[in-house]
Amino acid sequence: MAVCVAVIAKENYPLFIKTIPTENELKFYYTVHTSLDVVEEKVSVVGKNNNELRELYLGLLYPTEDYKVYGYVTNTKVKFVIVVESSNTSLRDNEIRSMFRKLHNSYVDMLCNPFYTPGEPITSKTFENMVLSMM
Amino acid sequence: MSWASELPAELLCRPTGLIALSGLDITYNAIHKSIWDAFCNNRRPDRVPLQFIVVQGDHEFPKCRTNKRQSYEWYIPKGILKTNWMRKHLNLVPAVVVIFFDLDWDEPLWKEKQMECATRVEIVRNSLQGSGTKVSVVLIQKNAPLPPGEDVIAVERAASLCSLCDLSAKHLYVLPHTDHLVGYTIRLENAFYELSQSYYHGEAKKVKAHRDFLNKTTHQLLFVRHQFKIAFYNELKQDTHTALKHYKQAYGHLLELRMHDTNLLEIKVNAGFINYKLCRMSFFHNAPLDGIAQFRKHIDFFKSKVGIAELAFEHSAWMSRQFHLFGDLFDEAIKLGLTAIQTQHPGFYYQQAANHAIARKQLCRGFCKPSFKTDETDNLEKMKALDFYGQRYWRPNHQSIDPPDPVKEKEGIADLQNLELRVDHSAIIIPLLSSAVAQFKKYKSPRMKRYLMVQMGEEYYHGKDYQKSLMFLSKVMWDYRGERWWPLLTSILVISMRCAYLTANVKDYVSNCLELIGPLDTKCTVEDKTRIQMNLLRVISNDAPEPEPGLDPVCVEKAKALWSTNSIEPCVFLIEMQSIVPLVECKAKFKADTVPADAEVEIEVYLRVKCPFPVRFSKLSVALSNQIYNQYCEIIDGHGISAASEMESRGGDLYLVPDRPKVFRFSFLPAQEDVEGKIEIIDVTLELGTRTARCAQLRWIGSGGDAVAQIQTAEHLLPKKPVSHIEDTLNWDYVEAQGLARVIPRASLLDIQIEHHPPCLQNEFYVCQLTITNKEDTVISHVRLSIETSESEAEDQTTHLCLDKAIFGGHIVSNISKVSLDELASGEKSSKTLFIKCLQTGNRNIFISINYLVEVRKKNQVILCMCQKKEMFMLNCVEPFEVAVKIMSMKFEATEVVQVDEPFLAMPELHCISPWPVEIQDSSIKLTSYVVHTDTFQSQLQGVSLKKRECAAECISLKPLNSIHPTVSLGTYVLHWRRKYENPITEQPFVSTVFLLPTVSLEQLPISVDLCLPAYGSVKTLLPVCYTIHNKTPYPQEIEINVEASDSFMFAGNKQVHFRVLPRKAYNLMYNLFPLVPGHVMLPKMHLNMLRYPGTMDLIVQKSLPTHIFIKPMGKTLERAA
Repeated sequence: MAVCVAVIAKENYPLFIKTIPTENELKFYYTVHTSLDVVEEKVSVVGKNNNELRELYLGLLYPTEDYKVYGYVTNTKVKFVIVVESSNTSLRDNEIRSMFRKLHNSYVDMLCNPFYTPGEPITSKTFENMVLSMM
Repeated sequence: MSWASELPAELLCRPTGLIALSGLDITYNAIHKSIWDAFCNNRRPDRVPLQFIVVQGDHEFPKCRTNKRQSYEWYIPKGILKTNWMRKHLNLVPAVVVIFFDLDWDEPLWKEKQMECATRVEIVRNSLQGSGTKVSVVLIQKNAPLPPGEDVIAVERAASLCSLCDLSAKHLYVLPHTDHLVGYTIRLENAFYELSQSYYHGEAKKVKAHRDFLNKTTHQLLFVRHQFKIAFYNELKQDTHTALKHYKQAYGHLLELRMHDTNLLEIKVNAGFINYKLCRMSFFHNAPLDGIAQFRKHIDFFKSKVGIAELAFEHSAWMSRQFHLFGDLFDEAIKLGLTAIQTQHPGFYYQQAANHAIARKQLCRGFCKPSFKTDETDNLEKMKALDFYGQRYWRPNHQSIDPPDPVKEKEGIADLQNLELRVDHSAIIIPLLSSAVAQFKKYKSPRMKRYLMVQMGEEYYHGKDYQKSLMFLSKVMWDYRGERWWPLLTSILVISMRCAYLTANVKDYVSNCLELIGPLDTKCTVEDKTRIQMNLLRVISNDAPEPEPGLDPVCVEKAKALWSTNSIEPCVFLIEMQSIVPLVECKAKFKADTVPADAEVEIEVYLRVKCPFPVRFSKLSVALSNQIYNQYCEIIDGHGISAASEMESRGGDLYLVPDRPKVFRFSFLPAQEDVEGKIEIIDVTLELGTRTARCAQLRWIGSGGDAVAQIQTAEHLLPKKPVSHIEDTLNWDYVEAQGLARVIPRASLLDIQIEHHPPCLQNEFYVCQLTITNKEDTVISHVRLSIETSESEAEDQTTHLCLDKAIFGGHIVSNISKVSLDELASGEKSSKTLFIKCLQTGNRNIFISINYLVEVRKKNQVILCMCQKKEMFMLNCVEPFEVAVKIMSMKFEATEVVQVDEPFLAMPELHCISPWPVEIQDSSIKLTSYVVHTDTFQSQLQGVSLKKRECAAECISLKPLNSIHPTVSLGTYVLHWRRKYENPITEQPFVSTVFLLPTVSLEQLPISVDLCLPAYGSVKTLLPVCYTIHNKTPYPQEIEINVEASDSFMFAGNKQVHFRVLPRKAYNLMYNLFPLVPGHVMLPKMHLNMLRYPGTMDLIVQKSLPTHIFIKPMGKTLERAA
């Protein structure tokens, strides 16, 4: 399953990052951060071309030797990034899609909490548990 | 361990066929030299790919193996690819040897020369014994050749030369040494190129022929070698497609080899070679995807084939090299026109190469132990002298699974490790990273670029180049700060601080400390923060800080020395706080955004620290846009930095306790020059430490703000709650920085009373009584009164203003400016009368302003203040009355048509609509030249005064003169009037209002009929009437008169008469009427018909004649009463 799940705010700062294993956390932070380059490029290209509804799922952002990075951007430009190991071949595109969908739903549920201020780091236990279930 | 992963130069170059030129004396013979130059100089890409060498006539070419192997049965290969093979075929074994010989067809000593040539050919042939190298002869001739077939001697001699040299006619060429040398050279070259192709083709075929002798068990290595050779020959032949096919086969065979620790290096090295060729050709054939796929396959296959664990770094080095080479190939292809995309470009390969290089460094650190073996140079020599690529020098040509000598094996490995320890890994990693940076920059990946720069910084740090490391890290920190990736920022900061420590860079050290112990959600533990803050305190008190844990002891010693030397010099440095996320936050604000000129400007500076321990700063100062105030905006803390706890002192107290915001207040009086201007906070500076030792000036440009600007969320859009200021519990979040205050003129205490009675009437001189009262404490001077009708520049042309006296000279004065008034003592009053004459109705604003100077005493200081009092009132102007002028005939019937020379009536009717009573002085009428009075005019309205809704009218009899115009205007009607006050304050002049009289149509009649009639008649009393008919024309007119009978009258006179009236004469018709009934009785109708205008005149005449008369009844007789 995923080794890193991240939620990035519209302004590109992290709202939530969970990694497994935790000892190499920094590397994943960099991986997620650098993947934003591709996300931005993909989103901007779509924005230029047509006014049709953009697909939220961006697909594989870029492959590295060890990991595959997938991206998903909500309509409010909140980004989800999932990193899986390259060796993990059991995860097909469809599985990744459903993971993102789950993540999105969970994020929306979390956002509905009136005590949560949008833009603050996510501390919800439910959300975290859901993320852990994907890892 | 780079030697194993380096590619030999002969592999990297593009193979070209080799042509040896023999018999050219390029040192002493100018002709030969020029021929040689034509061949080898200026080889543009459009010329055939060949390499030329000059050899002596007796040059020894490499010996070809003479004992051709008939069977491979007993042959066991010792390795895959020989190290000298490619070099041999590129540079030593020519495809063609060309023998140049000076010989003309008409040579007198033909026989001798012919023999000499044959000898030379023979020598070369001997040297080339057994190899397939082609030999050809070029005769250098002085004369241009004749067309083929014409030179009989040439044909004959050529044939004889060929037979003597045992040369096919095709291999004999003639090179005339004439003007067109280059052209001839190119043709020769093409011929040689064909020869070389057929040579390499033949060589490839020869190798292919061996295949049948090979078997899969013992000759696996040969499969690879042979395919490689075929491919290489094809490359020399410039047939890259065939070459690619054979390289692929070679690669396939290679992967089938049995792999074990002893031969893995050899396989990897050769696989690297072949892979390089494959990728290169794919890019060359413009099939980059094939190349990328091949490379992926290659990497995936060998990724896990580490080999000997002690030499794992070797594998990483090899991997790194593979990526690096592929990156170079990719980049090369892009330079030649390939387009890459953001997710597939050379940068990724360089990055991966760097990653493997980093892994190599770590493996090296982990495994390699320095040993005491010397003699490395000897080993290096041995490495270079190997027969086969990729073999171990301590067991060359060894192909079995187990190493032959375990001791030697161990020693060898130790040697290699020793060698690896001397490699400067940073020097490998950093260029790779910087290539990757360049690529990622090109392909729009700024974040990846930054990450790589961080890696470069880290690498410099590991490579002990702390200055550079610091430089790289400081370049990227900004961006991570901007994007709020605190965990990444912290990790960079930690390294940066270490570098700053090791280079004793006080400024960066302090700046990093400020940030690390600041409010960031960092991963620093409380202990770390404590330690850092203590270090910060040490630095500021001019001591050396404690080293960071985990640093190289050698470097720490050096750093300590540096710190002790730079503590001698005082060091004052500036840190821009807005470019970092510091531990102290500052918000400066003006208490009010507008300040009157006579009040104090108050500035509040809020400071808050967020760190484990309290901090004592030494000085706080605010710089304002006008420097004269800066002296008032300083607080100096008199204590030393180490003085703990808050205490009062002479200067001030800048001891800040974490999370307890503190406010510092400054106040000063604004300067005269800033009145009506603004005061701005330029910057706020907080000093840490003393200027004599070390002092960090923490500066906020403008008025500061939160250390981390808040992200705009829905919450922030809601209105903020009002701030409640209670010391020590002040809510930081509600304080808003406010860096600008406007200084407004002092509020005036003058009082202006305006007494007037609206609405104003149009045209009148409207009276406003202004009363100015000085309510200041002191005398006011330079009092200036200005009155304006509009604030804008556009002048109001409908309102006239005058002061004191009601004068209007036709020129409109719409503003009165700066009328000097007398000084006013405190409490004194001054009054002015203002007349306003509105020429049009409607609303208008009247602005009254008074400027004056007053002296104000504040803080034992006398300030001269310019004050202004403004008043405005709105004035509504209405019309005083409406005038309707009626035109009537003499019968008081309204008409629009009047007859020339016949009198008519004009009747102006006045309706007073003014809310105020109006007094009319007089009225007059100004007639145009078309109309005259019938009698003298005297106004009937003199002295009349009207209240609202009252009317007045007068009647004027006028007579139109003869005119050619069909309609004429009558003129104007002028009223002289004024408002009637109950008790007039001032003498108010009368004003005149002009009304236009209507226009009338003129009618010219040939005759006019007058009726002479008494005012009334009485029943049964004679009533004589007389019709007078005037002929106004210069012609006699015939007229018929017909009088109708009437029941009310008996009359005597012509009932029907026909007569003529002479020009300009009158005719009288006399009737005696005898009224029969009393009352308002209709007269007998008289019909008039002019023969000249039959049927038209009757109606007109009827209109002008009275129709009725009042008949009195007979008086009651006395006798009846009696």
